[in-house]
Amino acid sequence: MFLKDYITDVYKAVRSLLTGMKKTGYYFVHPSEIITQQYPENRHDLNLPERFRGEVVMSHDENNEHACTGCTACELACPNGTIKIITKFDITPEGKKKKAIDTFIYHLELCTMCNLCVQACPTDAIKMSQKFEHSVYDRSRLTKKLNQPGSKIREGVE
Amino acid sequence: MFSLAHITQIIHDWLYSSFDPTLALIIECAIVILVAIGIFAVLGLVLVLMERKVAAHIQIRLGPNRVGPGGMFQTVADTLKLIMKEGLTPDLADKFLFNLAPFLVMIVAMLLLAPIAFAKGVQIWDINIGVLYISAVSSLSVIGILMAGWASNNKYSLLGAMRSGAQIVSYELSAGFSILTIVVLTGSLRLSDIIASQENGWWIFKGHIPVIIAFILFIIAATAETNRAPFDLAEAESELTAGFHTEYSGMRFALFFLAEYINIFIVCAIGATLFLGGWMPLHIGGWEGFNHLMDYIPSSFWFIGKTFFLIFLIMWFRWTFPRLRVDQLLNLEWKYLLPISLINLLLVTVIAIMGWYF
Repeated sequence: MFLKDYITDVYKAVRSLLTGMKKTGYYFVHPSEIITQQYPENRHDLNLPERFRGEVVMSHDENNEHACTGCTACELACPNGTIKIITKFDITPEGKKKKAIDTFIYHLELCTMCNLCVQACPTDAIKMSQKFEHSVYDRSRLTKKLNQPGSKIREGVE
Repeated sequence: MFSLAHITQIIHDWLYSSFDPTLALIIECAIVILVAIGIFAVLGLVLVLMERKVAAHIQIRLGPNRVGPGGMFQTVADTLKLIMKEGLTPDLADKFLFNLAPFLVMIVAMLLLAPIAFAKGVQIWDINIGVLYISAVSSLSVIGILMAGWASNNKYSLLGAMRSGAQIVSYELSAGFSILTIVVLTGSLRLSDIIASQENGWWIFKGHIPVIIAFILFIIAATAETNRAPFDLAEAESELTAGFHTEYSGMRFALFFLAEYINIFIVCAIGATLFLGGWMPLHIGGWEGFNHLMDYIPSSFWFIGKTFFLIFLIMWFRWTFPRLRVDQLLNLEWKYLLPISLINLLLVTVIAIMGWYF
């Protein structure tokens, strides 16, 4: 019985090692599998993976309308105070007061791209973009205002 | 036909006809030393680049590709950097041993170059106990490593050196046994005899399964003896920073680095000589036409090709397998490799006595 276990051990060990070598050998003879991107050269045809997260943006449609209701769910979800939302009260045509955003302040220098704000947003107003060349000479330029000037909330988004 | 033996013979004859024998001998020695150092330098550069390229492609990367076409001069640039760096000696280190250790490791690697046959008739020293010489001298490098570890006055260095000692002492055994299987089959310790005995087929084909097992054992033991992954406990970056050469910098570190790659080349050359026929072309007993065709490829190409195949194999291991723990390392040797190689040696002996090989 001992001898049988011993031989099975050796057989299993050799087999598992060969499985590993088969995988790495496959990669070695298939240069097309290489995932390295030669960044400065291929700047114009970068092939970024879908889940790559560069910065938070707010999407605006052609009428300069966004979907942000100013609920501050993203501000609460952010673990390191990246987002600050300043709200105001709009007067609707019926004469009612309605809460809306005045400024959506995004501190890129504090952001860790954790995606929690995007998940927290109930109206899908913000998303992650793939832009990653953020270097600037002045730190204050990293503090961004995400809602475009003159933009307003899209009709029907509550 | 291209033959290195021819060139060496011409140089030899010319020296002995132009100078008196003593001077000619001295000049020949100087030439051999220069050639050996040249081989060292070139091999170091080529093997380090090869390792980085192989590693990159196995890990789906590109590897060095900026210095020169396809990164060809990367290692040259690295060497220049290392030459210009300061060679620091730590406080309270044993200065004499600390400075001596890299040279000792290097000298051992150089000594091992002596009995290796690079091509037909190109061998520095064809002694009658070549195999014994190799297994005796190759275990000396552990002294250099222990020296480096002890003299550095650093706990990581000492730990790495001790591990290296335990490892080399254990794996010498199975390396020795697997070399012995070929000695048993050939009946000679002289490397040129071993190569000549493979004229009608390499031992790995002639000797059936036992020799293939011996070859696998040899490759495992060789990987362990050169302190390479998966047996790189002596360096173990994640545990011991860099093991025995933690405190070395500049050119002294480069010497250790170079010695590691030269040692790989040498164990692979020995493996190629013993199991794959050294410079002997691929011959199949009885197929005269085929054998003649194979003879047209120069013997040095065969040797380099086989050696680099084995080097590639060892690099493949390094970038595939995870590192073993110390207890796993010793278990593997004493519980698996040693008993298997003992039984295997017995089998080969029976085969040799009964003449059951081709």
